[in-house]
Amino acid sequence: MIHVKINGVDHDLDVDPEMPLLWALRDVLGLTGTKFGCGEALCGACTVHLDGDPVRACVTPMHRVKGREVTTIEGLADPPGDHPLQRAWVAAGVPQCGYCQAGQIMTAAALLAANPTPSDDDIAHSMAGNICRCGTYVRIRAAIKAAAAELKKP
Amino acid sequence: MRLAIVALAACGSATAAPPHAPVAPPIARVASDQLQAPAVFAGIADRGARSRALFGEMAKVLLHPRCVNCHTPDASPRQGDAHELHDPPVVRGSGDRGVVGMMCTTCHQDHNLELARVPGAPGWHLAPLAMVWLDRTPHDVCEQIKDRTRNGDRSLADIHEHLAKDRLVAWGWSPGWGRTPAPGTQALLGELAAAWIETGAECPP
Repeated sequence: MIHVKINGVDHDLDVDPEMPLLWALRDVLGLTGTKFGCGEALCGACTVHLDGDPVRACVTPMHRVKGREVTTIEGLADPPGDHPLQRAWVAAGVPQCGYCQAGQIMTAAALLAANPTPSDDDIAHSMAGNICRCGTYVRIRAAIKAAAAELKKP
Repeated sequence: MRLAIVALAACGSATAAPPHAPVAPPIARVASDQLQAPAVFAGIADRGARSRALFGEMAKVLLHPRCVNCHTPDASPRQGDAHELHDPPVVRGSGDRGVVGMMCTTCHQDHNLELARVPGAPGWHLAPLAMVWLDRTPHDVCEQIKDRTRNGDRSLADIHEHLAKDRLVAWGWSPGWGRTPAPGTQALLGELAAAWIETGAECPP
């Protein structure tokens, strides 16, 4: 049994310790906002937070998350969908197919939490592992900057 | 080709050492993917020469792709035996462990993932910039690892402990899917390091 807090809710999961976190999220708990992309930690679609730090859920075994706190796109804001990044995403019309956006937003949220005023290079370095096959990178960067500006307002 | 071999053999006989010149004891030639035990070097009478030869053997490991790919002179680790830039692109960050969103442990676990083919070991990170080994010579590496201003303030005993027992170093011999392991074993590297230190920890020229 693996105890883990997910989006603020305690869970005791009877799963294989080697099961990837992504499997537990999607198949056991029904939290399907986090996407399966490559399964090799190469695309970033499955990014969630582990104690606030982005990790690729597709390669993170359940034994690593034991006793820790996981945040998924469903739990990023309260109410759900109301994070400044999510509002900026909508305002800028960032998504095209939208498959990567949960991972993009989770990485960007961690970036802004650590660095409220990221430069273009900061954004490029932190977001380099989140691939958008539609090529919306210019809008992603614009939305991150818009959210950073929003977060700076008193 | 046969003519060339004959020519080389002729050159060898023409340059034979004079009768009274010091003759180096014979060290068996082995492939670069094999690591020789310290006993192989016991026949080198001069202590300093023996120490330098022992480090040369250690350098087979230290300059192996599994080691130098994370001892790089710039922001990026390398991958593969041809030292390709890490893909996806990553930067070392101020602590040699990446930047937010792209920390080493964002993807790398404390063990190899055979199905996903992602390598991993405890404490996965880049060596600091002071410890560059990529494209360096055995002399350069030797001088660096003895220099406490560039080796993390480690004594020679600490260096031996690190080489012989560190779990991230150990990954070099169990690198996972498709990767060439470092030659020999970690235990043998530890024996070579102990013998190198015992003989004065001299550096090859």
